[in-house]
Amino acid sequence: MSGQTVQPLRIARAAGETAGAATTAARERVPLLRRPGVARALAPWCVGFLMLGIWQAWCTLGAVPAYLVPSPAAIVQQLVQDWPMLFASLLATLKITLLAFAVATVLGVAIALLFVQSPLIEASLFPYAILLQVTPVVAIAPLIIIWVKNTTAALVVCAMLVALFPVISNTALGLRSVNPGLVNLFRIHRATRWQTLVRLRIPSALPYFFGGLRISSGLSLIGAVVAEFVAGTGGSGAGLAYQILQAGFQLNIPRLFAALLLITVTGVLLFGMTVWLSRVCLRGWHESEL
Amino acid sequence: MSIPLLAVQRVDKRYPNGTVALDDVRLDIESGEFVSLLGPSGCGKSTLLKMFAGIETPTHGHLRWWGGPFATVGAPGRRLSFVFQEATLMPWATVAENVRLPLDLAGVPRREAQARACEALEGVGLGKFCAARPRELSGGMQMRASLARALVTEPDLLLLDEPFGALDEFTRNRLDSDLRALWQRRAMTVVFVTHSIQEAVFLSSRVVVMQARPGRVIADVPIDGPAARDDDWRISTPFIEHTCALSKRIADAHAALQIDEDSEVQS
Repeated sequence: MSGQTVQPLRIARAAGETAGAATTAARERVPLLRRPGVARALAPWCVGFLMLGIWQAWCTLGAVPAYLVPSPAAIVQQLVQDWPMLFASLLATLKITLLAFAVATVLGVAIALLFVQSPLIEASLFPYAILLQVTPVVAIAPLIIIWVKNTTAALVVCAMLVALFPVISNTALGLRSVNPGLVNLFRIHRATRWQTLVRLRIPSALPYFFGGLRISSGLSLIGAVVAEFVAGTGGSGAGLAYQILQAGFQLNIPRLFAALLLITVTGVLLFGMTVWLSRVCLRGWHESEL
Repeated sequence: MSIPLLAVQRVDKRYPNGTVALDDVRLDIESGEFVSLLGPSGCGKSTLLKMFAGIETPTHGHLRWWGGPFATVGAPGRRLSFVFQEATLMPWATVAENVRLPLDLAGVPRREAQARACEALEGVGLGKFCAARPRELSGGMQMRASLARALVTEPDLLLLDEPFGALDEFTRNRLDSDLRALWQRRAMTVVFVTHSIQEAVFLSSRVVVMQARPGRVIADVPIDGPAARDDDWRISTPFIEHTCALSKRIADAHAALQIDEDSEVQS
């Protein structure tokens, strides 16, 4: 009895296996570059390498002098050669950027929490938050550098002022964008103000808050570089902006480009970090991270 | 006569733009009743239900809960729960955390709250989905979770605002049957807002018919069906008679309204 039933089963399974193998083979036959995922990931790299190739060819074939436009190879060479100095500057700029980003995040959230406490508070303070946003940091940086003795602190304040507004406005928007049904539910069950804030308003605000962080991460780097430009601080704590200024004065254009490269890479990494953080926190429930 | 659980005394609701949502509504709801508020959209039935829950206030008139003001609601024996038109679950929390919310807000210890939440989820047939996120559930299951959240506090008064309106007919019928069984098993009063005549007749011990512009009560009909109701009740003669009578009542009221409007236009 059992022998009789096993036989067809085995055949069926064998048939299934061949079918499975056939589909795997069919999948493998699709060329690697034809797969949508692979193509999407490779496309930007291809564009990048193509541009670099054109750039390099133009510099080499056209014999463009390095003080006008250095070739990518020359930039990389300079980067390796000046690495100890540029890396120290990178750390200095990164320190200002991260401190400014952290302060902007904490302060921005605190101000947003204050805003949503009452419409009157928001109405009286929001115009000044906009003032903060529209004032160019280059214009007020000299003042801040005069007022704040400690150079690092002065630079952090400047960069923070640039990065602050997106955190405030996005977090405040998020804290108010609460499902009205859930607000009623909390009211029906007589939730305290604190319970409503912690259990409802803050989780609802998270997606907006992370949107603000993404913008602010880049802005804090821009703020830090701009502040360094204005302050023009050299010495051991010199940032990348100082290196760019110096390289410009010395017509060491490859180093200028190398410093620029480090700034852009830092910016992209910072942005990537906030994207990752948002993905970790919102995974599983928010539409943007599914 | 005993004090009604809910007493609506000459309640008006007027909005600043001149809309009259409710006009001189008087209604008593006795303890243990299953009352449906039935009417077309705009008749103020949802507004009235929100007043029962204390999240809407009348412009004129008074409401009494267990003979007292709303402040007395929430004490043991006077608990109230509300089920919204949408499931209204917190997307970031698990199903069990959502169901547990009313207990957490009331300061029930975590472990007890979790146990009661899982028990409530078992009660609505979602025992296996404690750890799931709301978005992993179908619309009907989300509504069941919402119902479990309302029942977890063991309410004495359950208010439902067109809870199954967005679901397909089969799911809605099943949830109606389950709700009716839940009401029978437990000593609670239910006020159910719907615009479906069949749903109102299937569920209720009493149907309060409302009319729009202005929102007022036009009929108050007891439904003398069997205590235990299942799909057989849906095809029984009394069910059909009640449904037809209510349809006619609503159609007449609507026709009268139409005539009023026409004469207003002419004058």
